[in-house]
Amino acid sequence: MTRHLVMDEPATKRVLDELPQSLTGKPMDRPDGPEKVTGTATYAHEWNLPGTVHGVLVRATVPKGKVTAIDKDAVMKLPGVLGVFNDERFLRNPAQGTANEAPIQGPDEIAYLGQPIALVVAETFEQARHGAHRLQMRYDVAADGVFDPEATNVPHERPEDDQLDQGDLDAAMKQAVSVVDQVYRTPGHNSAAMEPHCSIASWEGDKLTLRGSYQMLNYNINELADSLKIDAEDIRMLSPFVGGGFGSKLGISAEAVAAAIASRELGKPVVVALSRQQVFETVMRRSESRQHIRLAADADGKLIGLGHDSLVSNLPGEDFYEPVMQATHFIYTGENRRMNMEVARVNRICAGSVRAPGEAIGMVALENAMDELADISGIDPVELRKRNIPEMHPETGQGYSSRPFAEALDEGARRFGWDKRNAKPAQTRDGEWWIGMGMASAARVNMLKEAKARVTLNADGTATVETDMSDPGTGTYAILTQIAADMLGLPGDKVETVLGDSDLPKGSGSGGSFGASSSGSAVFLACQDIRTQLAQKMGMDEDDLKLDGGKAGDMALADALAGDAIVGNGHIEPGETSKDKRQATYGSYFAEVGVNAVTGETRVRRLTAVFGAGRILNEKTATSQCYGGCIWGIGMALHEELLFDTRDGHLVNHDLAEYHVPVNLDVPQIDVHLLEERDDWASPIQAKGIGELGLCGAAAAVTNAIYNATGVRVREYPVTLDKLLDQLPE
Amino acid sequence: MKPFTYARAADTPEAVREASGPSHDFIAGGTNLLDLMKLEVMAPDKLVDINRLDLKQISETEDGGLRIGALVTNSDCAADDRIRRDYPVLSRAILAGASGQLRNKATTGGNLCQRTRCYYFYDTAMPCNKREPGSGCQAIGGATRLHAIFGASDQCIATYPGDMAVAMSALDASVEIEGKDGASRTVPVRDFHRLPGDRPDKDNVLEDGELITAVTLPAPTGGRQSYRKVRDRASYAFALVSVAADIGMEDGKISHAALAFGGVAHKPWHKPELDALLTGKEPSDALFAEAADLLLAEAQGQGGNNFKILLLRRTLRAVLREATQMGETA
Ligand SMILES: Cc1cc2nc3c(=O)[nH]c(=O)nc-3n(C[C@H](O)[C@H](O)[C@H](O)COP(=O)(O)OP(=O)(O)OC[C@H]3O[C@@H](n4cnc5c(N)ncnc54)[C@H](O)[C@@H]3O)c2cc1C
Ligand code: SF4
Repeated sequence: MTRHLVMDEPATKRVLDELPQSLTGKPMDRPDGPEKVTGTATYAHEWNLPGTVHGVLVRATVPKGKVTAIDKDAVMKLPGVLGVFNDERFLRNPAQGTANEAPIQGPDEIAYLGQPIALVVAETFEQARHGAHRLQMRYDVAADGVFDPEATNVPHERPEDDQLDQGDLDAAMKQAVSVVDQVYRTPGHNSAAMEPHCSIASWEGDKLTLRGSYQMLNYNINELADSLKIDAEDIRMLSPFVGGGFGSKLGISAEAVAAAIASRELGKPVVVALSRQQVFETVMRRSESRQHIRLAADADGKLIGLGHDSLVSNLPGEDFYEPVMQATHFIYTGENRRMNMEVARVNRICAGSVRAPGEAIGMVALENAMDELADISGIDPVELRKRNIPEMHPETGQGYSSRPFAEALDEGARRFGWDKRNAKPAQTRDGEWWIGMGMASAARVNMLKEAKARVTLNADGTATVETDMSDPGTGTYAILTQIAADMLGLPGDKVETVLGDSDLPKGSGSGGSFGASSSGSAVFLACQDIRTQLAQKMGMDEDDLKLDGGKAGDMALADALAGDAIVGNGHIEPGETSKDKRQATYGSYFAEVGVNAVTGETRVRRLTAVFGAGRILNEKTATSQCYGGCIWGIGMALHEELLFDTRDGHLVNHDLAEYHVPVNLDVPQIDVHLLEERDDWASPIQAKGIGELGLCGAAAAVTNAIYNATGVRVREYPVTLDKLLDQLPE
Repeated sequence: MKPFTYARAADTPEAVREASGPSHDFIAGGTNLLDLMKLEVMAPDKLVDINRLDLKQISETEDGGLRIGALVTNSDCAADDRIRRDYPVLSRAILAGASGQLRNKATTGGNLCQRTRCYYFYDTAMPCNKREPGSGCQAIGGATRLHAIFGASDQCIATYPGDMAVAMSALDASVEIEGKDGASRTVPVRDFHRLPGDRPDKDNVLEDGELITAVTLPAPTGGRQSYRKVRDRASYAFALVSVAADIGMEDGKISHAALAFGGVAHKPWHKPELDALLTGKEPSDALFAEAADLLLAEAQGQGGNNFKILLLRRTLRAVLREATQMGETA
């Protein structure tokens, strides 16, 4: 049987709160933790299939044009080399998240410097890498490549469904008592997941097994099938452990398709792993942005107008663009609104989803602008935000589902000691350091996605949870175990969760923060299905069924099952509730920074963050997600930046030595506090997504604190010392 | 990685003998060389492993200084009691570099010879005169945040990226070098690295097969020493600029001044006139401004690194104020 729920009505019956056991929400350790710390969790590169040979991708070294010749023969003569592949099915760039079909294919038409063109396969990795270095290609270089999204020779498109013009913003700006009219720029970012992308392809007859590092097997299998021109039924994908994804492993990417093609041809398993440089050059980047923000406020600081226009970029032919204004649409009031999106078509690495696409940078610019408004209007930044929380969606008139936004602002301010801040900039010194405090709001849209799961209550009274869902380090193994344990009245260690196998029921995949609530709901429904069947079997009313401590009522579960397992299936689909209400998650950040008075170096000294994301499924893994988000915020504020050479679109800092993610010393103790919340409109388990919320505005708290410390407002991210140096106060 | 032959040398003469040949490199800690070999930025035909050589001691010299063997690791050198006591600038410079793991492997000789971090040098798809003489310099007109403000040429604008050697330059240390047939020579650290000129492929004065055996430090001057490294993130990043100082004070006047600068040139930058200007004077902001003017008179930005000129001026002033105990800077 299957318990199927379309989320058309709010789930006002909070089943998880009524159960005798409440492991859900507790900071339970990850069941996969011991395997990970002992190195026995099998990541994509670690399967060691007998006879595996190694492939290394070769990139285009020109930014635009055609490949006219590849000198395969010279490389074929090198020791160990087994083949040089350059197949028309090779991917130009990875599939966008949830594409469910092949991205643009064909390696001979070059669209950016770094595009994978060929694959060299050899007996050993070192031989393949050497062959890849040696492979000579000739190009017909096109002279019309464009590399700078803001240059006048670059074609700009205006996606139709992302243009808003409501009321009269220009008039509101004239009429307003306080206005902000500023342009902010954010650079490109890379996900920089710890585990580089890797796939091992092996064939048995016409059946392909692909062991990879992917976030969304339910889509990836179709993308792979479409790329290879084979049936999805002939593919099995395995991805039980993923060493971080952050969007970069949403869609099938070049190494998987190349490995599959080479493996078929050579009749051996082929493993293709990306080097760190290749991760930077061939996997999705977050687009840089130019954001023009206009705020028009009345004498009380209440917005009467709000404008947010953005310019982002992508390769020609890509539908995705960074949805920069996603949260701006609903977070603050103001009846006169203009939000226009423009996309520049450039020959740079493909842009795609990088953790919290949209809000990650959109909220940052908006929250800088709000800080400027607070400063101009003399209203405390926390108070200013609270005054602008709308009653109804200012564009659609929708109501909001659970929204503890004001609570997050107040609680953050209290925990941080915001009342000690001096609103006047450049007043506080600690030795050689200017000290400042800043804050920002957090907001991120909430989504529920279709997901299926199977739960088996085994005859011995243990349970098994199964879905093709991934756990890219987020804690999926833990939370699905916890939900099933509570629903079936079992201790956590009596539930086994199996993930990352495309043969299992299709989960939601991990992306857009929807994985936990969607897959969690599917597991919840599957357990409800089991409870119904068990009640029937025991001849009792389901409402009277009490499952606790491995017992059904007074009877041990194994006895109640009498030798039979019960299989439950769960199937959740989004429905009317996502249209009836604007669903989102909220929070606040409070940062204290020191800016060195001599050098302009900024170091974050304290960070407090408060978040509301519906029911928290595991306090420990949720908090870790938020720590990670805040750390991304520190990086974004202070030093992360993809440096493109505007002469050829070449990414110059394509490694972790020069693309500066924060290191331990950059990160102070972070105080993350999660609010107690239930969102009945979001999912049957009242949970929302939390994986991305941690960075949706975080960088602005840091840069607003830099302003408070120094009186210098930098509107180009990251705020490296060179942008402060000549303006620092004496 | 290009296939290469490998020889493990038992002693210095054997190492030098094995390494004589144009495409032969020593391998010490391997923390720089192996990265470059994986990228085929460096592709030697032969590696001579020197890790068995007896060059791992720090010993006292007759004139009251220290002799640091070429294979003393960065970690051991920075932790040595004598270095921490008498040459704190060196200890601090080393600890400001790389990471704990890297410093455990990195050696004194290897650190001196580390290659530039110019982005284009690291990418074999790009023209680079240092990697491939005559191919051009892609950094000029490109991303130049890491690049030189002193002594660049129209062939190369790269910097020597290290920290340790900057401190050694301030301390006026010397490099002991052993060449073919037992020939040995000593070169002041200040003259060890070259300016790029029209031979940017040559980072330093070592000839093919020459081995660094030790670095000697003269007797300590008794001055106040400091190393200040300015960088984008708090750790694990190369210097945008750095200042190493050894400043002695007597009767309210500067009795000894030795300053060296990192992240600004193809070598640790040392300007004897600057040391001379400061020596014998009473410290004052006016004097330090004069010193900065002298130092920066010939500075030349490349666009993306123009900020280094102001940054160096401010950092120099702060270091001098601290070293002369004038108090912290505005
Ligand atoms: C991510 C990263 C960050 C880093 N950050 C910093 C930093 O902030 N500051 C800093 O100063 N350094 C930094 N380093 C560089 C590090 O200090 C060097 O890699 C290290 O010092 C090199 O020493 P090694 O013994 O490993 O040299 P190897 O890699 O073994 O050799 C380097 C070169 O020196 C030659 N060589 C070695 N020994 C001798 C000898 N005795 N005689 C002649 N030639 C010799 C080799 O042939 C080779 O060409 C960083 C490195 C990395 C990878
Ligand atoms: S600056 Fe020097 S190292 Fe950098 S590209 Fe130019 S020649 Fe090469």
